[in-house]
Amino acid sequence: MSGREQILGTIRRSLKRDALSGAAREAAEARLRQHPVNIVPARAAGTPDERLRTFEHWATFNHATVARVAAAEVPQAVADYLTSNNLPARAVMAPDPALDRYDWGGRPLLELRRGLPLDADRVAITGALAGIAETGTLVLASGPAHPTSIHLLPETHVAVLREADVVGPMEEVFDRLRARYGEGVMPRTVCTVTGPSRTGDIEQQLELGAHGPRRLHILLVGD
Amino acid sequence: MQSTAHAFKANVGHALVDDNLQQSLAILKVGFSERRRQAAERLPEFEALRDRARDIKNHALAHLDFYLEAFEAKVTALGGHVHWAPTAADARAAVLDICRRAGARTVTKSKSMIAEEIALNDHLEAHGIEPVETDLGEYIIQLRREPPSHIIAPAVHLTKDQVADTFLEHHRKLGFDKRLTERNDLVAEARQVLRRRFLEADVGITGANFLVAETGSSMLVTNEGNADLTNTLPRVHVVIASIEKVIPTLEDAATLLRVLARSATGQESASYTTFNTGPRRPDDPDGPAEYHVVLLDNGRSSVLGTQMQDMLRCIRCGACMNHCPVYGAIGGHAYGWVYPGPIGAVLTPQLVGVEEAGNLPNASTFCGRCESVCPVRIPLPKLMRHWREREFERHLTPASVRQGLALWAFLARRPQLYRRATGIANRMLALFGRADGRYGWLPLARGWTRHRDFPAPQAGGTFHAQWKARGGARR
Ligand code: SF4
Repeated sequence: MSGREQILGTIRRSLKRDALSGAAREAAEARLRQHPVNIVPARAAGTPDERLRTFEHWATFNHATVARVAAAEVPQAVADYLTSNNLPARAVMAPDPALDRYDWGGRPLLELRRGLPLDADRVAITGALAGIAETGTLVLASGPAHPTSIHLLPETHVAVLREADVVGPMEEVFDRLRARYGEGVMPRTVCTVTGPSRTGDIEQQLELGAHGPRRLHILLVGD
Repeated sequence: MQSTAHAFKANVGHALVDDNLQQSLAILKVGFSERRRQAAERLPEFEALRDRARDIKNHALAHLDFYLEAFEAKVTALGGHVHWAPTAADARAAVLDICRRAGARTVTKSKSMIAEEIALNDHLEAHGIEPVETDLGEYIIQLRREPPSHIIAPAVHLTKDQVADTFLEHHRKLGFDKRLTERNDLVAEARQVLRRRFLEADVGITGANFLVAETGSSMLVTNEGNADLTNTLPRVHVVIASIEKVIPTLEDAATLLRVLARSATGQESASYTTFNTGPRRPDDPDGPAEYHVVLLDNGRSSVLGTQMQDMLRCIRCGACMNHCPVYGAIGGHAYGWVYPGPIGAVLTPQLVGVEEAGNLPNASTFCGRCESVCPVRIPLPKLMRHWREREFERHLTPASVRQGLALWAFLARRPQLYRRATGIANRMLALFGRADGRYGWLPLARGWTRHRDFPAPQAGGTFHAQWKARGGARR
């Protein structure tokens, strides 16, 4: 008997039934198809403006920094952030076409490379699929526009998030994923990132920058 | 890992006199529980979410076969592989086989309690494959060759100085020859050392907090980002998870996540919550070419449908141990196996046998704090009581306890005699009392009084005598 049969057989014997069938099976299938929403915290609700404020509040609470800027100011805001943190004006940028709408050429001193990150890269610039207001969380989906390692290897991550992409609760991200990839389909990774990398493993004291970025800076871009 | 749960009493003896451990536990007791309390207060829906989380897990367990098959179908459709492992040995063999086919020399691992449960590291090492733990706490205890002492904070028993000594000893050969004294320097050094290991690993092994049937995703919640590097950089990604991790939908995951991070560390959300679904897609710039999920049963399927089924709801948040006065006094190692604290006292007898671990369910004051904080409302005291009964039925309880209970039962069935006996005992106790109303020493009770005082009875006689004096059961 295969391990599979053995495990499924024991489960069914313990539950005192055969494989699900009839109405019970249909109900379980319907649940997967309909994926009903459970309880959504009230703090995730609100007008678009309130959502932005909620996002900013919780992102900051979780040790990210947030700056609200207009689209035309994005390259300048990145350059300023790097300068003020004594970081080199050099970064690896995700090959995300959504980032092409900003006038990077207008900041010739900002040296950008598009593509996969190298271990030596100190700064990464990426877009984001969405922001979750409820917890101040960034949502990063893998794909040609976004290698997963780009938001993990460099010590500093600057994420460019459009205001229109800030949703209330996590459930709204799932709706967007289903609309983009199809029902029940996910890209290889969907990383939800709340603040920079951290550890409390030495005497339970918070230290930032364990394996991932030490700094997470979010540019919240109005149109 | 080899269990030492049978030696629980000796383990406790060592723990109570270990100064480093006691220093660490003092921080733990205030830190975790205070942060959890604040996080729960910040979210008005927290209690309702706990109810819902319990219901989701109950539903998933009642349909476990269905959701596992649905999960498998999704993974397979994406070109991933699902390996069903009835026993720990099957799971070890499956992982070793994957590593061998990949020609692996080193594997990076992100913290997995299932890997501890099946003693995966020893098995890989014995077959010439080097496992490298990448969660900072796991890495520290791997260097020290110690088991974890907490399910979410494996090195919580160590002080900074101990970590500094360990790093100096092991990193010297890598060119780090300064003993560090600052926490952030220790973290930075580990980051540097482990970054190299990440880049050279052939296989990445992670656990899973949840498996989502709807999409075939395995989910991981971490703060360091080590799990994400582990599942992205090597050519092969292996997920090891026990069967009860499967839940129906992404929406269900969202509900469980809302109670998990808050119960565990008091965070609004962990830094990284990642959904992994299958291997790298054709146009992905990075990610593993192979994706495997090893599903471990190890006795869980036969717990379904029994009085103990509730234990399978556990989402391994650690809140029960953070709030347990017994764990707070003795730490995690004393429990002798992988899972410490109240959930360990319930799981360990199930997984390694009540003969080996019968002492653990007795290590409880039944104060009920564990149940009151458990995000999925597992009735831990009730489950511990169940094990005590089983232990007693099977005559595993020590003779002194059995005789004591037999004597009590004899007296309890004879009210006259009971009142006389307890009255005498009460007056006898008065002879040994201290001015502060406690005993530092009692005849026949050295096992108790060696480490703690015994409260002296209040004036006014036995409970029965006082009850009678107050007019008994008047309403
Ligand atoms: S039993 Fe409950 S409190 Fe303890 S680890 Fe499991 S889920 Fe958390």
